[in-house]
Amino acid sequence: MDKNIATLSFAHAAELLREGQISSRELVQALLSRVDVHDEALGAYLSVARESALSEAEEADARRQKGEQLSPWDGLPISVKDNIAVAGQANTCGSKILEGYTSPYDATVVRRLKDAGCIVLGRTNMDEFAMGSSTEHSAYKPVANPWARSCVPGGSSGGSAASVAAGEALAALGSDTGGSIRQPAAFCGVVGLKPTYGAVSRYGLVAFASSLDQIGPLTKTVRDSAVLYDLISGPDPNDATSVPDAATGVSGVFDSGLSLEGKKIGMPKEFFDYEGLSAEVREKVQNAAEALEQRGANVKEVSLPYNEFAIAAYYIIAPAEASSNLARFDGIRYGRREVAEAAGRLLETYRLSRGKNFGEEVKRRIILGTYVLSSGYYDAYYLRAQKARTKLREDFARVFEECDVLLTPTTPSGAFRMKQVTEPLQMYRSDIFTISANLAGIPGISVPCGFTETEGLPVGAQFLAPHFAEKEMLRVAAAYEQASPAAGCYPDVTETDG
Amino acid sequence: MGQGNGTSHIDVRYVADLARLELTDEEVEKFQGELESVLTYVDTLSRLDLSDIEPTAHANPQANVWREDGASESMCRDDVIRNAPDSAEGKYIRVPPIIEE
Repeated sequence: MDKNIATLSFAHAAELLREGQISSRELVQALLSRVDVHDEALGAYLSVARESALSEAEEADARRQKGEQLSPWDGLPISVKDNIAVAGQANTCGSKILEGYTSPYDATVVRRLKDAGCIVLGRTNMDEFAMGSSTEHSAYKPVANPWARSCVPGGSSGGSAASVAAGEALAALGSDTGGSIRQPAAFCGVVGLKPTYGAVSRYGLVAFASSLDQIGPLTKTVRDSAVLYDLISGPDPNDATSVPDAATGVSGVFDSGLSLEGKKIGMPKEFFDYEGLSAEVREKVQNAAEALEQRGANVKEVSLPYNEFAIAAYYIIAPAEASSNLARFDGIRYGRREVAEAAGRLLETYRLSRGKNFGEEVKRRIILGTYVLSSGYYDAYYLRAQKARTKLREDFARVFEECDVLLTPTTPSGAFRMKQVTEPLQMYRSDIFTISANLAGIPGISVPCGFTETEGLPVGAQFLAPHFAEKEMLRVAAAYEQASPAAGCYPDVTETDG
Repeated sequence: MGQGNGTSHIDVRYVADLARLELTDEEVEKFQGELESVLTYVDTLSRLDLSDIEPTAHANPQANVWREDGASESMCRDDVIRNAPDSAEGKYIRVPPIIEE
Protein backbone atom coordinates (compact mmCIF):
# COMPACT_ATOMS: atom_id res chain seq x y z
CA MET A 1 0.00 0.00 0.00
CA ASP A 2 2.66 2.47 0.98
CA LYS A 3 4.12 2.19 -2.50
CA ASN A 4 1.22 3.89 -4.27
CA ILE A 5 -0.30 6.01 -1.50
CA ALA A 6 1.86 8.86 -2.81
CA THR A 7 0.01 8.97 -6.11
CA LEU A 8 -3.44 8.01 -4.84
CA SER A 9 -6.14 10.56 -5.69
CA PHE A 10 -9.06 11.49 -3.44
CA ALA A 11 -11.59 9.97 -5.88
CA HIS A 12 -9.57 6.78 -6.36
CA ALA A 13 -9.20 6.36 -2.60
CA ALA A 14 -13.01 6.59 -2.34
CA GLU A 15 -13.28 3.70 -4.83
CA LEU A 16 -10.82 1.60 -2.87
CA LEU A 17 -12.82 2.24 0.30
CA ARG A 18 -16.06 1.31 -1.42
CA GLU A 19 -14.57 -1.90 -2.82
CA GLY A 20 -13.19 -2.78 0.61
CA GLN A 21 -9.60 -2.86 -0.70
CA ILE A 22 -8.47 -0.49 2.01
CA SER A 23 -9.89 0.82 5.27
CA SER A 24 -10.01 4.43 6.32
CA ARG A 25 -7.68 3.60 9.18
CA GLU A 26 -5.12 2.10 6.81
CA LEU A 27 -5.40 5.15 4.59
CA VAL A 28 -4.84 7.57 7.47
CA GLN A 29 -2.02 5.45 8.87
CA ALA A 30 -0.28 5.29 5.49
CA LEU A 31 -0.41 9.06 5.10
CA LEU A 32 0.80 9.62 8.67
CA SER A 33 3.75 7.33 7.95
CA ARG A 34 4.67 9.40 4.93
CA VAL A 35 4.42 12.57 6.99
CA ASP A 36 6.70 10.97 9.60
CA VAL A 37 9.29 10.05 7.00
CA HIS A 38 9.27 13.12 4.77
CA ASP A 39 7.86 16.14 6.53
CA GLU A 40 10.81 17.02 8.67
CA ALA A 41 12.62 17.84 5.45
CA LEU A 42 9.60 19.34 3.65
CA GLY A 43 7.90 21.36 6.39
CA ALA A 44 4.46 21.15 4.77
CA TYR A 45 2.60 20.65 8.06
CA LEU A 46 2.36 22.95 11.06
CA SER A 47 0.47 20.33 13.06
CA VAL A 48 -0.75 16.78 12.51
CA ALA A 49 -4.00 15.60 14.11
CA ARG A 50 -2.71 12.06 14.58
CA GLU A 51 -5.01 10.81 17.33
CA SER A 52 -8.26 12.41 16.20
CA ALA A 53 -7.61 11.37 12.60
CA LEU A 54 -7.07 7.74 13.58
CA SER A 55 -10.10 7.58 15.86
CA GLU A 56 -12.32 9.31 13.30
CA ALA A 57 -11.06 6.83 10.71
CA GLU A 58 -12.09 3.94 12.95
CA GLU A 59 -15.54 5.48 13.34
CA ALA A 60 -15.81 5.84 9.57
CA ASP A 61 -14.79 2.21 9.09
CA ALA A 62 -17.43 1.13 11.60
CA ARG A 63 -20.11 3.14 9.77
CA ARG A 64 -19.10 1.64 6.45
CA GLN A 65 -19.19 -1.87 7.84
CA LYS A 66 -22.80 -1.30 8.83
CA GLY A 67 -23.60 0.26 5.45
CA GLU A 68 -24.23 3.59 7.15
CA GLN A 69 -21.59 5.71 5.44
CA LEU A 70 -22.37 9.44 5.47
CA SER A 71 -21.40 9.91 1.80
CA PRO A 72 -19.20 8.29 -0.85
CA TRP A 73 -16.34 10.28 0.72
CA ASP A 74 -16.85 8.99 4.26
CA GLY A 75 -13.50 8.17 5.85
CA LEU A 76 -11.31 10.15 3.44
CA PRO A 77 -8.62 12.30 5.05
CA ILE A 78 -7.94 15.85 3.90
CA SER A 79 -5.37 18.42 4.99
CA VAL A 80 -6.42 21.98 5.78
CA LYS A 81 -4.50 25.24 5.51
CA ASP A 82 -3.82 26.71 8.92
CA ASN A 83 -5.99 29.81 8.35
CA ILE A 84 -9.21 27.74 8.23
CA ALA A 85 -10.87 26.99 11.57
CA VAL A 86 -11.20 23.38 12.77
CA ALA A 87 -12.83 23.02 16.21
CA GLY A 88 -10.37 21.95 18.88
CA GLN A 89 -7.32 22.44 16.66
CA ALA A 90 -4.67 25.13 16.42
CA ASN A 91 -5.28 27.90 13.91
CA THR A 92 -2.01 29.81 13.77
CA CYS A 93 -2.29 31.31 10.26
CA GLY A 94 1.49 30.82 10.23
CA SER A 95 1.78 33.64 12.78
CA LYS A 96 3.32 33.90 16.23
CA ILE A 97 0.46 36.12 17.30
CA LEU A 98 -1.90 33.11 17.23
CA GLU A 99 0.48 30.65 18.86
CA GLY A 100 -1.44 28.62 21.41
CA TYR A 101 -4.87 29.57 20.05
CA THR A 102 -7.40 26.71 19.78
CA SER A 103 -10.34 27.25 17.47
CA PRO A 104 -13.69 27.01 19.26
CA TYR A 105 -15.58 26.26 16.03
CA ASP A 106 -15.47 24.74 12.55
CA ALA A 107 -15.32 26.79 9.37
CA THR A 108 -18.33 26.07 7.16
CA VAL A 109 -16.14 24.25 4.63
CA VAL A 110 -14.78 22.02 7.42
CA ARG A 111 -18.29 21.43 8.77
CA ARG A 112 -19.40 20.33 5.31
CA LEU A 113 -16.46 17.98 4.89
CA LYS A 114 -17.08 16.48 8.33
CA ASP A 115 -20.77 16.05 7.51
CA ALA A 116 -19.63 13.98 4.51
CA GLY A 117 -17.44 11.91 6.84
CA CYS A 118 -14.10 13.44 5.84
CA ILE A 119 -11.26 13.59 8.35
CA VAL A 120 -8.89 16.49 8.97
CA LEU A 121 -5.40 14.94 8.86
CA GLY A 122 -3.39 18.02 9.69
CA ARG A 123 -2.83 21.72 9.22
CA THR A 124 -0.68 22.96 6.41
CA ASN A 125 2.03 25.58 6.55
CA MET A 126 1.53 28.99 4.96
CA ASP A 127 2.84 32.51 4.60
CA GLU A 128 1.79 34.42 7.70
CA PHE A 129 -1.87 35.46 7.32
CA ALA A 130 -1.64 34.27 3.69
CA MET A 131 0.57 37.22 2.74
CA GLY A 132 3.25 35.98 0.41
CA SER A 133 4.05 33.95 -2.68
CA SER A 134 6.72 31.60 -1.34
CA THR A 135 5.72 30.41 2.17
CA GLU A 136 9.03 31.92 3.31
CA HIS A 137 6.93 34.27 5.45
CA SER A 138 5.70 31.47 7.72
CA ALA A 139 6.67 32.44 11.26
CA TYR A 140 7.41 28.77 12.02
CA LYS A 141 9.43 27.24 9.19
CA PRO A 142 9.83 27.40 5.43
CA VAL A 143 8.41 24.71 3.12
CA ALA A 144 10.62 22.98 0.57
CA ASN A 145 9.39 22.33 -2.95
CA PRO A 146 9.06 18.53 -3.27
CA TRP A 147 10.55 18.70 -6.79
CA ALA A 148 13.68 20.59 -5.68
CA ARG A 149 14.44 21.20 -2.03
CA SER A 150 16.31 24.43 -2.67
CA CYS A 151 13.22 25.98 -4.28
CA VAL A 152 10.11 27.48 -2.72
CA PRO A 153 6.75 25.69 -3.09
CA GLY A 154 5.02 28.99 -3.87
CA GLY A 155 2.51 30.54 -1.54
CA SER A 156 0.71 31.37 0.40
CA SER A 157 -0.83 27.85 0.36
CA GLY A 158 2.67 26.36 -0.01
CA GLY A 159 2.15 23.70 2.66
CA SER A 160 -1.09 22.52 1.04
CA ALA A 161 0.53 22.29 -2.40
CA ALA A 162 3.68 20.54 -1.13
CA SER A 163 1.73 18.05 1.01
CA VAL A 164 -0.34 16.96 -2.00
CA ALA A 165 2.62 16.83 -4.39
CA ALA A 166 4.70 14.80 -1.93
CA GLY A 167 1.90 12.33 -1.22
CA GLU A 168 1.57 13.46 2.40
CA ALA A 169 -2.08 14.27 1.71
CA LEU A 170 -4.78 12.94 -0.62
CA ALA A 171 -5.94 16.51 -1.13
CA ALA A 172 -5.83 19.80 0.74
CA LEU A 173 -7.77 23.02 1.19
CA GLY A 174 -6.09 26.35 0.62
CA SER A 175 -7.15 29.96 0.25
CA ASP A 176 -6.58 32.31 -2.68
CA THR A 177 -6.56 36.11 -2.37
CA GLY A 178 -4.25 36.95 -5.29
CA GLY A 179 -3.15 33.51 -6.51
CA SER A 180 -2.38 31.71 -3.25
CA ILE A 181 -3.92 28.43 -4.44
CA ARG A 182 -3.05 28.53 -8.14
CA GLN A 183 0.57 29.73 -7.90
CA PRO A 184 1.75 27.08 -5.39
CA ALA A 185 -0.21 24.46 -7.34
CA ALA A 186 1.78 25.47 -10.45
CA PHE A 187 5.11 25.47 -8.58
CA CYS A 188 4.44 22.02 -7.04
CA GLY A 189 2.90 20.37 -10.10
CA VAL A 190 -0.60 19.85 -8.67
CA VAL A 191 -4.08 21.11 -9.54
CA GLY A 192 -5.35 24.21 -7.70
CA LEU A 193 -8.86 25.64 -8.00
CA LYS A 194 -9.98 29.12 -6.92
CA PRO A 195 -13.76 29.20 -7.12
CA THR A 196 -15.86 32.21 -8.11
CA TYR A 197 -16.03 34.78 -5.30
CA GLY A 198 -19.12 33.89 -3.29
CA ALA A 199 -19.31 30.23 -4.37
CA VAL A 200 -17.68 28.97 -1.16
CA SER A 201 -18.42 30.29 2.33
CA ARG A 202 -15.61 32.23 4.00
CA TYR A 203 -17.03 31.65 7.49
CA GLY A 204 -14.12 30.38 9.55
CA LEU A 205 -11.46 31.53 7.10
CA VAL A 206 -9.31 34.04 8.97
CA ALA A 207 -9.87 37.17 6.87
CA PHE A 208 -7.00 38.70 4.90
CA ALA A 209 -8.77 40.75 2.19
CA SER A 210 -12.46 40.02 2.48
CA SER A 211 -13.50 41.11 -1.01
CA LEU A 212 -10.86 38.85 -2.60
CA ASP A 213 -10.43 35.78 -0.35
CA GLN A 214 -11.83 32.45 -1.49
CA ILE A 215 -11.26 28.89 -0.21
CA GLY A 216 -10.55 26.13 -2.71
CA PRO A 217 -8.93 22.71 -3.16
CA LEU A 218 -5.39 21.66 -4.11
CA THR A 219 -5.47 18.17 -5.56
CA LYS A 220 -3.71 15.57 -7.69
CA THR A 221 -6.37 15.62 -10.42
CA VAL A 222 -8.96 17.95 -11.90
CA ARG A 223 -11.65 15.46 -10.92
CA ASP A 224 -10.63 15.73 -7.26
CA SER A 225 -10.90 19.51 -7.44
CA ALA A 226 -14.40 19.15 -8.89
CA VAL A 227 -15.42 16.67 -6.17
CA LEU A 228 -14.11 18.93 -3.39
CA TYR A 229 -15.71 22.01 -4.92
CA ASP A 230 -19.05 20.18 -4.82
CA LEU A 231 -18.46 19.22 -1.19
CA ILE A 232 -17.53 22.69 0.11
CA SER A 233 -19.54 25.13 -2.05
CA GLY A 234 -23.03 26.56 -1.61
CA PRO A 235 -24.70 29.39 0.24
CA ASP A 236 -24.18 29.77 3.98
CA PRO A 237 -26.22 31.92 6.36
CA ASN A 238 -22.96 32.69 8.21
CA ASP A 239 -21.40 34.40 5.16
CA ALA A 240 -23.49 37.17 3.66
CA THR A 241 -21.24 37.21 0.58
CA SER A 242 -21.93 33.58 -0.27
CA VAL A 243 -24.45 33.36 -3.10
CA PRO A 244 -27.30 31.01 -3.95
CA ASP A 245 -26.55 30.90 -7.69
CA ALA A 246 -23.11 29.28 -7.51
CA ALA A 247 -22.36 26.34 -9.80
CA THR A 248 -23.42 22.97 -8.35
CA GLY A 249 -22.74 19.38 -9.32
CA VAL A 250 -19.62 20.32 -11.27
CA SER A 251 -18.18 16.80 -11.01
CA GLY A 252 -21.01 15.84 -13.37
CA VAL A 253 -18.87 17.09 -16.29
CA PHE A 254 -16.89 13.86 -16.06
CA ASP A 255 -19.96 11.84 -17.06
CA SER A 256 -20.25 13.68 -20.36
CA GLY A 257 -17.12 12.69 -22.26
CA LEU A 258 -15.27 16.02 -21.96
CA SER A 259 -15.82 17.06 -25.58
CA LEU A 260 -14.25 20.37 -26.60
CA GLU A 261 -15.98 20.58 -30.01
CA GLY A 262 -16.94 24.18 -30.64
CA LYS A 263 -15.40 25.45 -27.39
CA LYS A 264 -13.81 28.85 -27.78
CA ILE A 265 -10.59 29.29 -25.82
CA GLY A 266 -9.04 32.75 -25.59
CA MET A 267 -5.33 33.43 -25.07
CA PRO A 268 -4.81 36.99 -23.77
CA LYS A 269 -1.89 38.42 -25.71
CA GLU A 270 -0.78 40.70 -22.85
CA PHE A 271 -0.04 37.58 -20.77
CA PHE A 272 2.02 35.88 -23.46
CA ASP A 273 3.85 39.10 -24.41
CA TYR A 274 4.69 39.93 -20.77
CA GLU A 275 8.40 40.77 -20.61
CA GLY A 276 8.94 38.73 -17.44
CA LEU A 277 7.45 35.53 -18.90
CA SER A 278 10.12 32.85 -19.29
CA ALA A 279 10.43 31.34 -22.76
CA GLU A 280 10.07 27.84 -21.33
CA VAL A 281 6.79 28.61 -19.60
CA ARG A 282 5.43 30.34 -22.71
CA GLU A 283 6.27 27.30 -24.82
CA LYS A 284 4.64 24.80 -22.44
CA VAL A 285 1.41 26.79 -22.30
CA GLN A 286 1.41 27.21 -26.08
CA ASN A 287 1.75 23.43 -26.33
CA ALA A 288 -1.32 23.20 -24.11
CA ALA A 289 -3.20 25.41 -26.57
CA GLU A 290 -2.25 23.06 -29.41
CA ALA A 291 -3.44 20.07 -27.41
CA LEU A 292 -6.79 21.78 -26.89
CA GLU A 293 -7.05 22.54 -30.61
CA GLN A 294 -6.37 18.92 -31.43
CA ARG A 295 -9.34 18.01 -29.25
CA GLY A 296 -11.62 20.26 -31.26
CA ALA A 297 -11.41 23.56 -29.40
CA ASN A 298 -11.18 26.82 -31.27
CA VAL A 299 -8.23 28.77 -29.85
CA LYS A 300 -7.88 32.48 -30.55
CA GLU A 301 -5.96 35.49 -29.32
CA VAL A 302 -7.81 37.99 -27.15
CA SER A 303 -6.81 41.18 -25.33
CA LEU A 304 -7.00 42.18 -21.64
CA PRO A 305 -5.35 45.62 -21.77
CA TYR A 306 -6.03 46.46 -18.13
CA ASN A 307 -4.29 43.40 -16.69
CA GLU A 308 -1.03 45.33 -16.40
CA PHE A 309 -2.72 47.49 -13.74
CA ALA A 310 -3.93 44.52 -11.68
CA ILE A 311 -0.95 44.35 -9.32
CA ALA A 312 -1.06 48.08 -8.62
CA ALA A 313 -4.79 47.93 -7.82
CA TYR A 314 -4.33 44.78 -5.74
CA TYR A 315 -1.52 46.23 -3.61
CA ILE A 316 -3.82 49.06 -2.62
CA ILE A 317 -7.04 47.10 -2.09
CA ALA A 318 -5.64 43.99 -0.39
CA PRO A 319 -3.44 45.79 2.19
CA ALA A 320 -6.28 48.26 2.87
CA GLU A 321 -8.65 45.43 3.71
CA ALA A 322 -5.93 43.58 5.62
CA SER A 323 -5.09 46.59 7.79
CA SER A 324 -8.71 46.68 8.86
CA ASN A 325 -9.12 42.89 9.27
CA LEU A 326 -5.93 42.49 11.28
CA ALA A 327 -6.90 45.25 13.73
CA ARG A 328 -8.60 42.48 15.72
CA PHE A 329 -5.22 41.08 16.76
CA ASP A 330 -4.59 43.39 19.68
CA GLY A 331 -3.52 41.01 22.45
CA ILE A 332 -6.77 41.42 24.35
CA ARG A 333 -9.30 38.67 23.60
CA TYR A 334 -7.03 36.06 22.01
CA GLY A 335 -3.55 35.67 20.69
CA ARG A 336 -0.33 36.65 22.39
CA ARG A 337 -0.26 39.64 24.71
CA GLU A 338 2.91 41.50 25.54
CA VAL A 339 2.59 43.02 28.98
CA ALA A 340 3.50 46.69 29.01
CA GLU A 341 5.11 48.09 32.13
CA ALA A 342 5.18 51.74 31.13
CA ALA A 343 2.50 54.36 31.54
CA GLY A 344 -0.22 54.24 28.91
CA ARG A 345 -0.37 50.49 29.39
CA LEU A 346 -3.30 49.81 27.09
CA LEU A 347 -1.82 51.56 24.07
CA GLU A 348 1.57 50.03 24.81
CA THR A 349 -0.04 46.59 25.08
CA TYR A 350 -1.49 46.99 21.58
CA ARG A 351 1.75 48.32 20.12
CA LEU A 352 3.98 45.68 21.66
CA SER A 353 1.64 42.72 21.12
CA ARG A 354 1.32 43.59 17.44
CA GLY A 355 4.85 44.85 16.88
CA LYS A 356 6.54 41.83 18.44
CA ASN A 357 4.25 39.09 17.15
CA PHE A 358 3.45 40.06 13.58
CA GLY A 359 6.14 39.20 11.05
CA GLU A 360 7.82 41.63 8.72
CA GLU A 361 5.59 41.14 5.66
CA VAL A 362 2.41 41.47 7.72
CA LYS A 363 3.64 44.71 9.29
CA ARG A 364 4.66 46.03 5.88
CA ARG A 365 1.17 45.41 4.51
CA ILE A 366 -0.63 46.79 7.55
CA ILE A 367 1.38 50.01 7.22
CA LEU A 368 0.73 50.21 3.48
CA GLY A 369 -3.00 49.58 3.99
CA THR A 370 -3.26 52.08 6.83
CA TYR A 371 -1.50 54.66 4.69
CA VAL A 372 -3.71 54.30 1.59
CA LEU A 373 -6.82 54.58 3.76
CA SER A 374 -5.56 57.48 5.84
CA SER A 375 -7.05 60.93 5.69
CA GLY A 376 -6.26 62.79 2.47
CA TYR A 377 -5.04 59.74 0.54
CA TYR A 378 -8.24 57.77 0.13
CA ASP A 379 -9.21 59.24 -3.25
CA ALA A 380 -5.70 59.07 -4.66
CA TYR A 381 -5.25 55.41 -3.78
CA TYR A 382 -8.20 53.36 -2.60
CA LEU A 383 -10.91 54.96 -4.73
CA ARG A 384 -8.68 54.96 -7.79
CA ALA A 385 -7.85 51.28 -7.26
CA GLN A 386 -11.53 50.42 -6.98
CA LYS A 387 -12.18 52.20 -10.27
CA ALA A 388 -9.32 50.32 -11.92
CA ARG A 389 -10.95 47.19 -10.57
CA THR A 390 -14.09 48.10 -12.51
CA LYS A 391 -12.04 48.39 -15.71
CA LEU A 392 -10.52 44.96 -15.11
CA ARG A 393 -13.94 43.49 -14.56
CA GLU A 394 -15.20 45.05 -17.77
CA ASP A 395 -12.14 43.68 -19.60
CA PHE A 396 -13.08 40.14 -18.62
CA ALA A 397 -16.79 40.65 -19.35
CA ARG A 398 -15.95 41.81 -22.88
CA VAL A 399 -13.54 38.94 -23.54
CA PHE A 400 -16.02 36.35 -22.27
CA GLU A 401 -18.52 37.54 -24.89
CA GLU A 402 -16.23 36.05 -27.51
CA CYS A 403 -14.82 33.01 -25.73
CA ASP A 404 -15.84 30.42 -23.12
CA VAL A 405 -12.61 29.97 -21.20
CA LEU A 406 -9.22 31.69 -21.13
CA LEU A 407 -5.87 29.90 -21.19
CA THR A 408 -2.83 31.65 -19.64
CA PRO A 409 0.37 30.71 -17.84
CA THR A 410 -0.25 30.51 -14.07
CA THR A 411 3.13 32.06 -13.26
CA PRO A 412 5.84 33.85 -15.26
CA SER A 413 8.46 31.23 -14.32
CA GLY A 414 8.98 27.95 -12.51
CA ALA A 415 9.57 27.92 -8.75
CA PHE A 416 12.27 30.32 -7.66
CA ARG A 417 15.00 29.50 -5.17
CA MET A 418 14.61 30.13 -1.48
CA LYS A 419 15.90 33.58 -0.50
CA GLN A 420 16.18 34.46 -4.20
CA VAL A 421 13.41 37.08 -4.15
CA THR A 422 14.19 39.59 -1.44
CA GLU A 423 12.55 42.80 -2.69
CA PRO A 424 8.84 42.90 -1.70
CA LEU A 425 7.87 44.56 -4.99
CA GLN A 426 9.64 41.84 -6.97
CA MET A 427 7.70 39.18 -5.04
CA TYR A 428 4.42 41.05 -5.57
CA ARG A 429 5.00 41.22 -9.30
CA SER A 430 5.34 37.44 -9.59
CA ASP A 431 1.53 37.26 -9.17
CA ILE A 432 0.87 39.14 -12.42
CA PHE A 433 -1.18 36.32 -14.01
CA THR A 434 -3.31 35.29 -11.03
CA ILE A 435 -4.30 38.53 -9.31
CA SER A 436 -6.82 39.83 -11.85
CA ALA A 437 -9.14 36.82 -11.31
CA ASN A 438 -9.48 37.80 -7.63
CA LEU A 439 -10.14 41.44 -8.46
CA ALA A 440 -12.82 40.43 -10.99
CA GLY A 441 -14.14 37.62 -8.77
CA ILE A 442 -13.97 35.00 -11.53
CA PRO A 443 -12.90 31.35 -11.07
CA GLY A 444 -9.47 30.03 -12.06
CA ILE A 445 -7.67 26.70 -12.03
CA SER A 446 -4.02 25.77 -12.50
CA VAL A 447 -3.28 22.43 -14.18
CA PRO A 448 0.24 20.97 -14.60
CA CYS A 449 1.35 21.34 -18.23
CA GLY A 450 5.02 20.32 -18.26
CA PHE A 451 8.42 20.88 -16.72
CA THR A 452 11.18 23.38 -17.34
CA GLU A 453 14.00 21.78 -19.31
CA THR A 454 16.76 23.51 -17.40
CA GLU A 455 15.72 22.50 -13.88
CA GLY A 456 12.83 20.07 -14.31
CA LEU A 457 10.48 22.28 -12.31
CA PRO A 458 6.70 22.03 -12.83
CA VAL A 459 4.87 24.55 -15.03
CA GLY A 460 1.16 25.37 -14.65
CA ALA A 461 -1.44 26.31 -17.24
CA GLN A 462 -4.22 28.51 -15.89
CA PHE A 463 -7.81 28.41 -17.10
CA LEU A 464 -10.13 31.30 -16.27
CA ALA A 465 -13.90 31.44 -16.81
CA PRO A 466 -16.84 33.81 -16.26
CA HIS A 467 -18.47 34.05 -12.83
CA PHE A 468 -20.03 30.74 -11.78
CA ALA A 469 -18.87 28.97 -14.97
CA GLU A 470 -16.84 26.41 -12.97
CA LYS A 471 -18.43 23.58 -14.95
CA GLU A 472 -17.19 24.84 -18.32
CA MET A 473 -13.81 25.67 -16.87
CA LEU A 474 -13.42 22.22 -15.30
CA ARG A 475 -14.51 20.53 -18.52
CA VAL A 476 -11.73 22.28 -20.45
CA ALA A 477 -9.21 21.73 -17.62
CA ALA A 478 -10.05 18.02 -17.40
CA ALA A 479 -9.94 17.55 -21.17
CA TYR A 480 -6.54 19.23 -21.19
CA GLU A 481 -5.32 17.13 -18.28
CA GLN A 482 -5.86 13.97 -20.38
CA ALA A 483 -3.40 15.37 -22.94
CA SER A 484 -0.95 17.01 -20.55
CA PRO A 485 2.62 15.67 -20.58
CA ALA A 486 2.72 16.37 -16.82
CA ALA A 487 -0.36 14.35 -15.85
CA GLY A 488 0.47 11.51 -13.47
CA CYS A 489 3.98 12.83 -12.75
CA TYR A 490 5.04 12.95 -9.11
CA PRO A 491 8.29 14.00 -7.46
CA ASP A 492 10.53 11.30 -6.04
CA VAL A 493 10.71 12.67 -2.53
CA THR A 494 12.76 9.72 -1.36
CA GLU A 495 15.45 10.56 -3.84
CA THR A 496 15.53 14.26 -2.98
CA ASP A 497 15.91 13.23 0.66
CA GLY A 498 19.49 12.44 -0.37
CA MET B 1 8.66 59.90 -8.49
CA GLY B 2 5.10 60.10 -7.33
CA GLN B 3 2.14 61.28 -9.31
CA GLY B 4 0.06 64.44 -9.46
CA ASN B 5 -0.70 64.52 -5.75
CA GLY B 6 2.89 63.85 -4.74
CA THR B 7 1.56 61.09 -2.51
CA SER B 8 4.38 58.59 -2.52
CA HIS B 9 6.15 60.01 0.48
CA ILE B 10 5.17 57.93 3.46
CA ASP B 11 6.14 58.64 7.05
CA VAL B 12 6.46 55.05 8.23
CA ARG B 13 6.82 55.90 11.93
CA TYR B 14 3.66 58.02 11.89
CA VAL B 15 1.59 55.44 9.98
CA ALA B 16 2.83 52.62 12.22
CA ASP B 17 1.58 54.66 15.19
CA LEU B 18 -1.84 54.90 13.56
CA ALA B 19 -1.79 51.11 13.10
CA ARG B 20 -0.64 50.50 16.70
CA LEU B 21 2.58 48.81 15.62
CA GLU B 22 5.79 49.09 17.62
CA LEU B 23 8.68 49.09 15.15
CA THR B 24 12.43 49.02 15.66
CA ASP B 25 14.55 51.73 14.06
CA GLU B 26 15.87 49.13 11.61
CA GLU B 27 12.34 48.20 10.59
CA VAL B 28 11.37 51.83 10.08
CA GLU B 29 14.34 52.39 7.83
CA LYS B 30 13.81 49.19 5.84
CA PHE B 31 10.06 49.71 5.38
CA GLN B 32 10.58 53.35 4.40
CA GLY B 33 12.55 52.44 1.29
CA GLU B 34 10.50 49.37 0.40
CA LEU B 35 7.15 51.06 0.77
CA GLU B 36 8.25 54.08 -1.23
CA SER B 37 9.07 51.73 -4.13
CA VAL B 38 5.69 50.03 -3.77
CA LEU B 39 3.87 53.37 -3.69
CA THR B 40 5.74 54.59 -6.74
CA TYR B 41 4.74 51.37 -8.48
CA VAL B 42 1.05 51.61 -7.55
CA ASP B 43 1.06 55.20 -8.80
CA THR B 44 1.01 53.71 -12.32
CA LEU B 45 -2.77 53.77 -11.83
CA SER B 46 -2.63 57.54 -12.26
CA ARG B 47 -1.96 56.90 -15.97
CA LEU B 48 -5.53 55.65 -16.35
CA ASP B 49 -8.43 57.90 -17.22
CA LEU B 50 -10.93 56.80 -14.61
CA SER B 51 -13.32 59.72 -14.73
CA ASP B 52 -16.96 58.61 -14.77
CA ILE B 53 -16.01 55.08 -13.72
CA GLU B 54 -17.98 53.56 -10.86
CA PRO B 55 -15.74 51.98 -8.18
CA THR B 56 -15.99 48.21 -7.58
CA ALA B 57 -15.95 47.42 -3.88
CA HIS B 58 -16.91 43.79 -4.27
CA ALA B 59 -16.72 41.22 -7.05
CA ASN B 60 -20.31 40.04 -6.59
CA PRO B 61 -22.08 42.81 -4.75
CA GLN B 62 -24.85 41.58 -2.48
CA ALA B 63 -27.25 43.84 -0.66
CA ASN B 64 -29.54 43.20 2.27
CA VAL B 65 -28.74 39.56 2.84
CA TRP B 66 -30.82 38.41 5.75
CA ARG B 67 -31.04 35.18 7.62
CA GLU B 68 -33.88 33.89 9.73
CA ASP B 69 -33.86 35.79 13.05
CA GLY B 70 -33.91 32.71 15.24
CA ALA B 71 -32.17 31.53 18.38
CA SER B 72 -29.36 29.05 17.90
CA GLU B 73 -26.41 27.55 19.71
CA SER B 74 -23.57 29.92 20.45
CA MET B 75 -19.92 29.12 21.08
CA CYS B 76 -18.99 27.44 24.34
CA ARG B 77 -17.80 30.13 26.79
CA ASP B 78 -15.03 27.98 28.19
CA ASP B 79 -13.57 27.48 24.71
CA VAL B 80 -13.57 31.22 24.13
CA ILE B 81 -12.13 32.21 27.52
CA ARG B 82 -9.40 29.59 27.17
CA ASN B 83 -7.99 31.59 24.24
CA ALA B 84 -7.74 34.84 26.18
CA PRO B 85 -4.21 35.80 27.22
CA ASP B 86 -5.49 36.65 30.71
CA SER B 87 -8.78 35.77 32.36
CA ALA B 88 -10.48 35.59 35.72
CA GLU B 89 -12.94 33.16 37.32
CA GLY B 90 -13.25 31.31 34.04
CA LYS B 91 -15.70 33.85 32.70
CA TYR B 92 -13.97 37.22 32.39
CA ILE B 93 -11.25 38.39 30.05
CA ARG B 94 -8.80 40.46 32.08
CA VAL B 95 -7.66 43.57 30.21
CA PRO B 96 -4.97 46.17 30.93
CA PRO B 97 -6.23 49.28 32.77
CA ILE B 98 -7.94 51.74 30.48
CA ILE B 99 -7.97 54.62 32.95
CA GLU B 100 -4.61 55.50 34.42
CA GLU B 101 -4.37 56.53 38.06
